[in-house]
Amino acid sequence: MYRYDETDRALVMQRVEQFRDQTRRYLAGELTEEEFRHLRLRNGLYQQRFAPMLRISVPYGLLESAQLRTMAHIVRKYDRGYGHFTTRQNIQLNWPKLEQVPDLLAELAEVQLHGIQACGNDTRNITSDYLAGVAADEHIDPRPYCELLRQFITLHPEFYWLPRKFKFGFTGAAVDRAATRTNDVAVHLVRREDGAIGYRFFVGGGLGRLPMLGQEMNAFVPEADLLSYACAILRTFNRFGRRDNIHKARIKIVLREWGYERFRAAIEEEFARIKASVEGEELLLLPQDIERVRAHFTAPAYEPPAQAGAAVTALAASDAGFAAWMKRNVRAHKMPGYRVVFVSLKAPDRTPGDCTAEQFEALADICDAYSFGELRSTYDQNLVLADVPERELREVWRRLNAAGLATPNIGLVTDIVCCPGLDFCGLANAGSIGVAQDIYRRFDTLDAQYEVGAIRITISGCMNGCGHHSVGHIGILGVDKHGEEWYQVTLGGSAGNDAAVGERIGRALARNEIADGVERLIRGYLELRCDEDETFLECYRRVGMAPFKTRLYENESEAAAA
Amino acid sequence: MTMTILRDGQLVEDNWTLIEDGSRDVSSDATSAGRRVIVTLARWGTEREALLSSHTAVGVLVPNTADIEAVYAEIQDRPLIALQFPAFADGRALSQAVVLRKRLGFRGELRAVGDVIRDLVFWLGRCGFDSIAPRKDQRLEDCRAALTELTVAYQAAADAHTPVWIRRRGHARAQ
Repeated sequence: MYRYDETDRALVMQRVEQFRDQTRRYLAGELTEEEFRHLRLRNGLYQQRFAPMLRISVPYGLLESAQLRTMAHIVRKYDRGYGHFTTRQNIQLNWPKLEQVPDLLAELAEVQLHGIQACGNDTRNITSDYLAGVAADEHIDPRPYCELLRQFITLHPEFYWLPRKFKFGFTGAAVDRAATRTNDVAVHLVRREDGAIGYRFFVGGGLGRLPMLGQEMNAFVPEADLLSYACAILRTFNRFGRRDNIHKARIKIVLREWGYERFRAAIEEEFARIKASVEGEELLLLPQDIERVRAHFTAPAYEPPAQAGAAVTALAASDAGFAAWMKRNVRAHKMPGYRVVFVSLKAPDRTPGDCTAEQFEALADICDAYSFGELRSTYDQNLVLADVPERELREVWRRLNAAGLATPNIGLVTDIVCCPGLDFCGLANAGSIGVAQDIYRRFDTLDAQYEVGAIRITISGCMNGCGHHSVGHIGILGVDKHGEEWYQVTLGGSAGNDAAVGERIGRALARNEIADGVERLIRGYLELRCDEDETFLECYRRVGMAPFKTRLYENESEAAAA
Repeated sequence: MTMTILRDGQLVEDNWTLIEDGSRDVSSDATSAGRRVIVTLARWGTEREALLSSHTAVGVLVPNTADIEAVYAEIQDRPLIALQFPAFADGRALSQAVVLRKRLGFRGELRAVGDVIRDLVFWLGRCGFDSIAPRKDQRLEDCRAALTELTVAYQAAADAHTPVWIRRRGHARAQ
């Protein structure tokens, strides 16, 4: 975990006071609505339907117990007793009062939390692999590099007024667990044959109206040049990103309008110029700079395994609930004697990603007792205890279960990714939480979920795509048609190594049809799959859209035939 | 009527006159003759000799869409370059400023004009603007104070800060 020093602390504290003064001037009528909008967004404060929403940055998804206890306190004191984890690993509060936000931020700053650049046209919080440091398929831990880039982009004056939001995602593992290529920039840590570490850069990803995946710009940027290459991309975007149309302002549009060759040449040219100037010297990372930050992310003091998995397996056999949880929510760890435990935020009749004050506290206690005091947030709106000793699994399950955090559904049909939708969000055209709950009920029994197997359903309440509908195996997009909520369905999207943007299947479904429709698609998959090992996505890629389309609209064909 | 601006952190009376395009040919304009004028890059390109002969000094206003490196040869000897903020949240001129200062080595007066509000001032200062003309409705004393609103920074822009990763090298050795 990165620990602040005096500089980090002073920066966040000064920032709180800067925002306190801006809020005071706004409430006194000294700032216009438009001026204050830009200022509050850069502190995480977004105007929603009923109240401001405050987005709190969780740098690359890492949290510790003291922060969780503060979150419990914050949501009780300033909100309605719960927070919401997002697809970018952040936490959102739905009901803070504007005049209290400066005090709220001051309390967050005490535990290294803030809303700096959480919204607005700036560089956003960096996302990364939630299994960083513990995954067996990892070749390089991305966290030190995320932290170095975080320092470079935080309150960078040149890149503080960009054309549009700008997102970075990192991974250093074989499996992309951070949907990196849906970001404006994806950074993949790589090791060359000669052992040298570097970065494979992808640029131009982004969801929303025109979903695109990042394209490779440079297969190997040397380790020392992380900041120089990032600076070249950001400067190119700041200069050439469109400012005449908010819907065409992301860097992906510059790439599309210029074409790949011209775009890449511009980035490489700027990179070369930076390298050749005094900026290049300032931005050059020495091995000691990286080592110093890497020291913040060393492995915890693992103990040698006393007794290995046999005892756990025996326990599992004696309790069906524990066994189901072991099967779905517990994964291998690179260290013998340890496991990775997923905390499900997808309980029945709950909003996906929500976490109550009591749950924040339970998690603080559990991670202190069993996982070195740390917790991670995931791209799928769940949480991870990354370093749990095998011998404690039973107790961890008991305590998570008591807190309503042990639903054994990680990666299954009820592990639905979902934005806040029309219930909260000022941008949304349609509800998303209710749709998620309807679909959930169709597959509530564990047997039904296991039958369906690995599948990712994603729901967004509008084109902006916070629920990542365009990269879901089944993606659902809420649209407004003459004041009614309708839902467009896409199939075949993926945010992993086989990343793809889903294809729209056909006409939208009404609110009262959508859960039935999704159920028909899934029952169709069960008929179509060649065997139980073929996942929904594999099946779709093999058989194509047509058989799913027939099943989704089967009632209409009957009506048409009759 | 003179304007008050921020120069080198102080509030001073402006001794330059900004001449927008569309106004009369300033090289023969009696009201501007003998004064210090800022003219657009386009006018500078076509009326350079006439402007220089009839004015004490000529500065150039560069649009924020210009490739500052490409036009620099035309303006590098100017005592003042002004960059534009058509809206305070349009940060294109911030990149122009950093490139002018750090890559091209421009040492003259660098001025921000346009929709310059108090809450933009801090970022302007860090990007190398030593001359800031706030929007007319802004409180000038507040603008001056805003220059030092935050005193710590992680990175260097066109300012006196040393990047934090370089500063911390010293601490690593001490440990």
